[in-house]
Amino acid sequence: MPPLPESVPLSWYLLLSAVLFALGVAGFLFRKNIITVFMSIELMLNAVNLTFVAFSYKFAAVDGQIFSFFVMVVAAAEAAVGLGIILTVYKNKSTLQIDEINSMKN
Amino acid sequence: MHQLWLIPIFPLVGFAINGLFGRRSKALVNAAAIGTVALSFLWVLKTLAALGMFGGSMPEEQYVERYYTWMASGNFNVGFDFAVDHLSAIMLLVVTGVGLLIHIYAAGYMAHESGYYRFFAYLNLFMFFMLVLVLGANYLVLFVGWEGVGLCSYLLVGFYNLEKFATDAGKKAFIVNRIGDFGYSLGMFLIAVNFSSLDFGKVFESAKNMPVDTGAGLFTGICLLLFVGATGKSAQIPLYVWLPDAMAGPTPVSALIHAATMVTAGVYMVSRSAPLFIHSPIAMNVVAIIGLATAVMAATIGLVQNDIKKVFAYSTVSQLGYMFLGLGSGAFAAGMFHVVTHAFFKALLFLGAGSVIHAVGGEQDLRKMGGLRSKTPITFITLLCASIAISGVPPFSGFFSKDAILAAAYQHAPWMYWVGVVTAGMTAFYVFRAFFMCFFGTYRGDAHPHESPLVMTGPLMILAALSVGGGFLPIPHFLEGMFPKVEEPANEMLVYISVAAGLIGIAIAYVMYVLKPGMADGVAKAFRGPYELLYNKYFVDEAYDATVVEPILQGSRTVLWRGIDVGVIDGVVNGIGARSRNIGGILRRAQSGNIRNYAAWVVLGSVIVILSMSLAGGLR
Repeated sequence: MPPLPESVPLSWYLLLSAVLFALGVAGFLFRKNIITVFMSIELMLNAVNLTFVAFSYKFAAVDGQIFSFFVMVVAAAEAAVGLGIILTVYKNKSTLQIDEINSMKN
Repeated sequence: MHQLWLIPIFPLVGFAINGLFGRRSKALVNAAAIGTVALSFLWVLKTLAALGMFGGSMPEEQYVERYYTWMASGNFNVGFDFAVDHLSAIMLLVVTGVGLLIHIYAAGYMAHESGYYRFFAYLNLFMFFMLVLVLGANYLVLFVGWEGVGLCSYLLVGFYNLEKFATDAGKKAFIVNRIGDFGYSLGMFLIAVNFSSLDFGKVFESAKNMPVDTGAGLFTGICLLLFVGATGKSAQIPLYVWLPDAMAGPTPVSALIHAATMVTAGVYMVSRSAPLFIHSPIAMNVVAIIGLATAVMAATIGLVQNDIKKVFAYSTVSQLGYMFLGLGSGAFAAGMFHVVTHAFFKALLFLGAGSVIHAVGGEQDLRKMGGLRSKTPITFITLLCASIAISGVPPFSGFFSKDAILAAAYQHAPWMYWVGVVTAGMTAFYVFRAFFMCFFGTYRGDAHPHESPLVMTGPLMILAALSVGGGFLPIPHFLEGMFPKVEEPANEMLVYISVAAGLIGIAIAYVMYVLKPGMADGVAKAFRGPYELLYNKYFVDEAYDATVVEPILQGSRTVLWRGIDVGVIDGVVNGIGARSRNIGGILRRAQSGNIRNYAAWVVLGSVIVILSMSLAGGLR
């Protein structure tokens, strides 16, 4: 495995990943559109992926990269199912506002 | 192998058939109930013949069949084993033989009762347990039968389950027996601990080499506890109170269970444990004294009872007391002999009483009978045989066994003999009092008396023959090898005195109830106090109620029910439920159903975890 370029230290990757993750959390918590919430989830997943890959590179171990592949596969599957659900919800309710879809409550 | 297990299994099969299919047809019930007991009787005969009983060549030692190990714990083993020896051979013949006759009789007696199949199912089940009791080769198997017959007694005493007095009597029989069984269990534990076996053979073998208790030692403890069990099952002071009430059951039940077989189980068990009892003079003395006291007390109560079955019930208690007097005096063979003859004449007395009750349409009060001599001639003759037999007039069967007991009692302590003789006189008096009130004078009831059918009178006649001739059966000789030898004094005077006592009793009864019918009431008036005391059975039931039953009832009600059950147990359970609901009420607010709310909780949680880890130095 080629050595990690000295110019970019590990902490920068982690910092970026943390910022992306925080953005994802914020989006998940505060946005009202389901699609946006959904994208926020993807953002969090990919922030974690970035961490995996960075550590994998730093410690010259392939495990992290394999893990990130798994995460991507799960994310793809989730996107397929999730978007399907969102479409159905929109067909039935004609809205994507997350606060209005609460028929399971009570 | 003689396949001993078949003996009890036949009636069990009968029980299953009657219980499962008996509702369909009466003929099936008759066939199953009587047929299985007959098969059992025949198998007993075949087995005993094969063992050489009738040729006089039966070996002295037990013939044991081991089926399987019931429980094994270390070197302590209890097997499900059956055994036959001279003692159980006699009991087997009595139980199956008399049992068969009573089954046949019951087919006639119960013909018009509802619950016919239920009755015979219980009766067959009783036979099964009684045979297990007799065949058991160790104390535990015996106890299985012991408890089983108690259960069947309960079921059959309460057979008329719509009548409150019958179910009450059933409960009383069961509960009083439970007290005795408690003593028996403790005795059994004591044997298991000290002999590390419950097998009759092993226990008696090791007991043989141990010294006789001079004071109150191990043997005294074991024997007295076993005897507590016997007082329950065989209706001795202080636990005899259930037997008179047990007459609430149908008459064949009174004859089979409460006269001929089950109540003699205590006598059988004590005789069986003779090798232990002879090691404890104190226990023997207690047995003799309790037996004698019971005999006297029950006989005095029997003098004034007006219910024909009650008279015979107290007579049974009294005769059982005689048997224990014999056992306690060391004459085990005489006691067992009396078990056999008593089974004949007491079963006959009860069956005859049943025939009379049947004849007068269900009436049991002696004051409403009378003059039945010509209307029920067979019952009259057979009951006369039984009455003479129980009075101890030679050459009827009761004479031989009672005389053997009294002779042994004289050997043990002369005063016991004299009390026994007086009791014999009273026995003759009250039995003939009932007999005369029933058959002589004029009929005082309002039914139309008629003789019973052959299915009932047949067993009466067979039992009458046995009551007359049963004394010539060589039972004491047959049992000689089982028990230690007692030397019998050839004191003919004692025999004459006891026979005279019986004859005097009969004569007094004849004068009071046949020659001068009004005399009995005059005597009762003249001795108002004693009469009331006897008529109310010494107020023993009332005393037990006040001292035992009521305190337990009240204590259960206030302390156990309202205090512990409602207060503590229900309180704890309900308290746990109520607290769970309170806490749940608070926690449910967190479950808002809003997905972002949950997410916020997750974020908050992870922040707290990370912060606490960094504070604890988990993050570097």
